[in-house]
Amino acid sequence: MTRLAGILFVILACAGTASSAEDVCAVAAHLVQADAPLPRVAAAIKKKTLPIVVAGTTSSTLPGSTGPALAYPTRLEAALQQKLPGVSVKVTSFAKPRQSAAEMAAAFPKVLRDEKPALIVWQTGTADAMMGISADAFQATLEDAIGRVHEGGADVVFINPQYSPRTDAVVATAPYTEAMRWVAAGNAINLFDRQAVMREWGELGTFDLHAATKSLDTAAKVHDCIGRLLADLVLQGVAAAGDEAKDKTTR
Amino acid sequence: MGAAAIPGAASVNSTSWPESVSQEPLMPPIGPSGRDLRLDLFRGLALWLIYLDHIPENVVNWVTIRNYGFSDAAEIFVFISGYTAAFVYGRAAHERGMIVASARVWRRAWQVYVAHVFIFVIFMAEVSYLTTAVIENPLYSEEMRVFDFLQQPGEALIQALLLKFQPNFMDVLPLYIVLLLAFPIVLRLLLFRPTLALILSTALYIAAKLFNWNLPAYPTSFWFFNPLTWQFIFVVGAWCSVGASPRVHELLRSRAAVRLAVAYLALAFLVALTWYIPRAAALIPHLVQDWMYPIDKNNLDILRFLHFAALAIVTVRFVPIDWPGLKSPWLRPMILCGQHSLEIFCLGIFLSFIGYFVTSEISRSVAMQILISVLGICAMIAVAWLITWYHSIEGRGSGKGPRPQADLAGGEA
Repeated sequence: MTRLAGILFVILACAGTASSAEDVCAVAAHLVQADAPLPRVAAAIKKKTLPIVVAGTTSSTLPGSTGPALAYPTRLEAALQQKLPGVSVKVTSFAKPRQSAAEMAAAFPKVLRDEKPALIVWQTGTADAMMGISADAFQATLEDAIGRVHEGGADVVFINPQYSPRTDAVVATAPYTEAMRWVAAGNAINLFDRQAVMREWGELGTFDLHAATKSLDTAAKVHDCIGRLLADLVLQGVAAAGDEAKDKTTR
Repeated sequence: MGAAAIPGAASVNSTSWPESVSQEPLMPPIGPSGRDLRLDLFRGLALWLIYLDHIPENVVNWVTIRNYGFSDAAEIFVFISGYTAAFVYGRAAHERGMIVASARVWRRAWQVYVAHVFIFVIFMAEVSYLTTAVIENPLYSEEMRVFDFLQQPGEALIQALLLKFQPNFMDVLPLYIVLLLAFPIVLRLLLFRPTLALILSTALYIAAKLFNWNLPAYPTSFWFFNPLTWQFIFVVGAWCSVGASPRVHELLRSRAAVRLAVAYLALAFLVALTWYIPRAAALIPHLVQDWMYPIDKNNLDILRFLHFAALAIVTVRFVPIDWPGLKSPWLRPMILCGQHSLEIFCLGIFLSFIGYFVTSEISRSVAMQILISVLGICAMIAVAWLITWYHSIEGRGSGKGPRPQADLAGGEA
């Protein structure tokens, strides 16, 4: 693995673009793919205003006074803003520690009313695993919530648990990741596979996810990349919605 | 229990026990030690599969049965444990009376409890090591909370001793302990009123599902393996062993039953395929999906139970008790592991901790995953062989004298 990373590094260095943050993130870009259109986001972009809500737990935040500016919700806003000139992009984070999927879903009606988001980015799974909520109940919560979010006028993108190489010894997130994959596939919901993306970074040595450090450096880079790749996913979903609309009119 | 059990034991002698043996039940005992080697074989297999499934992201996992249908190794393990427990302690009840049999069951429960506490200590040591390495990283401040119990190790220890704290992988033995604690009552019922035992077990299974009964866990939630529902497959195993009439066994071996079982397995396989091909999932009507999912492991979903039952029926049909393969040296390692199930199960948990450690700290390459899988199973075989050898030099387990008879899988029930 390290040799592979080395080769990759050399290739990147030769290309002379290794310094660009985008290329570092792109190592895992092939793992990010919009499988479903995001029609509500596409409609919002047409109206030149794109309100997005992030629902999640601690892994959607970074600690400290600079944390909020470095965490992926803010990075997503910046990346989308850059790629959507003329559209006012606003990402509001409702990430709070220890929220189960059911608790977040219960808050959705109010969030939909107050914020009128075109997209809810829903990061979940870890808290449910840690609380020992059964994976089946978790899955049922997701199934139940997405329909109501759609009715409330927003698309949904799931973000699954982080790749966390050391904590599976105590709590396995695999059944929850699996439940999210399953619900996403069965309901045409886009899943941002944060776990696969981060594992790829870890294995290729893009980021050292094993480091014992108090510094925010790596964490900030990881979140920046998540924000960028997430923006790519959203735009792919928007493009797919455009294609779908075209199909309908030509038919 | 109490004194009343003694006359009861006497009547065992004259009624169900010898009959069901002489009528050749579903899995009748053979060999000099009265052992049905198929039980050992498939329990050994279940132990291997449990080990493979316990290594996260192991490529070797694709061979395990959970990918081909609804049930997995847990059902095999619990069913065979119920079957052997009834066989071994039923015989003890028949030969020595209910009190002795109950005492042996509880001694076994104690051994399992001690094993559980031993594994917990190893678990604590591993986790303590891992935390020192990650505790600082701000990226993982959420995931780090899984180590919160280390802030109050005293509380965690008490909760583990009370069987309420069941970290990853440590949820099977607590189930087994509770099942064994209740087993003397179940056994007594099975020997005298087998049908009533089955009805009561079914009633408890249904009630626990309907009313969401389960035991509380620490720090939140409930037991992963709900003993109130999983008892069902244990009792069914025990019932097949000592309670079911020869007619039931005949029925289970009938051509129609085997056909039905094969059809169900095929259907389950097709459903399992849709888990990997999302496009195919659309072929299952929505109404069926709504009814079928989720397939609940915590409460032993009926689809899981039926899947296991179908597997068992087909297996018994195609692997007869005198199947020559059972004496083949190639299957010997698996049988050996099954014969020392508690020790090998604990070893498997320990090895999966090590495997986990290696994949998270050293390498998680495919080659490493295969290496860990193979080495782990080799270690299980080696230890099983060592235990057998030790028993043989101690004069046990050779099938001579009454003690090995009573302990045969009493040791391993």
